[in-house]
Amino acid sequence: MLSRTRWLSVPALLWLAFFFLIPLLLVIALSFLERGTYGQVVYAFTLNNYSRIADPLYGEVLLETLAVSLLTTFLTLLIGYPLAYHIARLERGWQHTWLLLVMMPFWINFLVRSYAWVVILRSQGVINTLLLSLGLIDQPLSLLYNSAAVLLGMVYALLPFMVLPVYVSLEQLDRRKLEAAYDLGASPWRAFWHITLPLTKSGVVTGSILVFVSSIGMFVVPDVMGGAKSALIGNVIQNQFLSARDWPFGSALSIVLMLLSVMLIFLYFRAIRVQEREGREER
Amino acid sequence: MKTIIQLHEVEKQFGQQTVIPPLSLAIAEGEFLTLLGPSGCGKTTLLRMIAGFEQPTSGEILLDGQPISQVPPYKRDMNMVFQHYALFPHMTVEENILFGLKMKKVPAAEQQHRLEEVLQLTRLGELRRRMPRQLSGGQQQRVAIARAIINNPKVLLLDEPLGALDYQLRKNLQLELKNLQKNLGITFIYVTHDQEEAMAMSDRIAVMNRGVIEQLGTPQEIYLRPKSLFVATFIGENNLFRHRDAILAVRPEKVKVYKMASGGEQPRRTGRIADIVFLGSLRKIFIQLEAEETTVLAHENGDADPVWQIGERVGLGWAAEDEVTLPC
Repeated sequence: MLSRTRWLSVPALLWLAFFFLIPLLLVIALSFLERGTYGQVVYAFTLNNYSRIADPLYGEVLLETLAVSLLTTFLTLLIGYPLAYHIARLERGWQHTWLLLVMMPFWINFLVRSYAWVVILRSQGVINTLLLSLGLIDQPLSLLYNSAAVLLGMVYALLPFMVLPVYVSLEQLDRRKLEAAYDLGASPWRAFWHITLPLTKSGVVTGSILVFVSSIGMFVVPDVMGGAKSALIGNVIQNQFLSARDWPFGSALSIVLMLLSVMLIFLYFRAIRVQEREGREER
Repeated sequence: MKTIIQLHEVEKQFGQQTVIPPLSLAIAEGEFLTLLGPSGCGKTTLLRMIAGFEQPTSGEILLDGQPISQVPPYKRDMNMVFQHYALFPHMTVEENILFGLKMKKVPAAEQQHRLEEVLQLTRLGELRRRMPRQLSGGQQQRVAIARAIINNPKVLLLDEPLGALDYQLRKNLQLELKNLQKNLGITFIYVTHDQEEAMAMSDRIAVMNRGVIEQLGTPQEIYLRPKSLFVATFIGENNLFRHRDAILAVRPEKVKVYKMASGGEQPRRTGRIADIVFLGSLRKIFIQLEAEETTVLAHENGDADPVWQIGERVGLGWAAEDEVTLPC
């Protein structure tokens, strides 16, 4: 049985090997090479790219990126969980409608949607025009090109990645377990806290990782909505490859970013497992 | 005896469909009452209304004299054993059992005391640190019961608690449950579609069909004196004979089979032996009647010498007090 179905994974493995593994190895190799005067790659080994990252400038950007990503993850969870909960409680037909609405933004190009936010938020944008004409303000508010705008854009863009996995885990939750909790004297809130939340943890974990990993490398939103001041590490990497034409340094930054993500996800998993064990031992 | 639960004209509709037409029922304190009926007869809906998971469309439910229709399930002084146990998969056996006391903020010392008591009663002491998925079906079932009875509820509701277990285990647990109920003195309201289970355990049985209680009585009354055609055929095996405007029901063990040659007694019906099935303690004899398109079933002691030939013409008789007249 196994040997026959094993072949089914071959296309995916080939795809990953050619378009993920090999490029990744190239990026790793590239990060140890030198940049030539005209932006070409010089095939000489160096650790220079990595020591450059120690520059506090990059450290600051990296910290800022981590902070924004964590905040984005937290906010999408805060907004996405109740939404997923609401959808999971609807009738079948309505569930499909709502899920369709959640996924609808994917039908429109991401860049276009980001610029739509610019139209809404800029000085002569929808909100400012409205508030001005109502006489509520006499100076346009600067809603765009700051960290808050970046955060708004990130949460907007990544919300579906939180809602969908959480919805799936809520959908699989056996309602009778909740009834059992009510039956044993748990109020709705306590039943949520002791039963629903722990039993949908897998959805929360999946959603958090998806959102966190996506936001840590995000460069379109900060580029379009954050302006020059709010560059995140994704923008710095993008610049190294496109404007600065320093591929080795861009590669080194990518590797560091990747290692950092993997490390954080690992810590996250461990924290959850420890929490689980403590939860079991507490009485 | 004191009434612990009183259903007064309780009615349930789902949308346009009436699942339970107005129904009244009084359940005595300390009694083992079974709601018995085929699937879809409304027995589980009735139980869920008592538990508070469903709202009656009209009517009132009284617990210990107090109306509880407006009381949410988590404030009702009763507990339920769910059909598939509904144990909390992320908690150990011990945590599952303690959940109710924790929610009611019972002092820790008392929690421990009652836990030990219940663990002993349900023989779960050695399994206390296990997770539900590491338990067999029978063990999970015991955890579900322990989790409910640790709260000392006034009433325990059981929704087909043995339904998922195999035959032998079910037999043993039936007796265990019955003894548990006697020892604890808690009122049990037990839902099942298995008539044998109902007979073995109940003080009283309410036979339900299409949302209506067809008959309420002791297992004996239900078996020996069924009041409707449904009860007569749903509980045990029965032979039905048309008799003027009514139907006569006679249990197979009450039907006597005669050799036609023997003379003497005038047989009530005549027929030919169609089939004989040996089941150990008894032998089932199927007789095809001559005058009616009916096959009659008669039971005979398994250790009696087999004297019947397939196709043999025989007479059937029964005592007048063994026939039950039912309205059509």
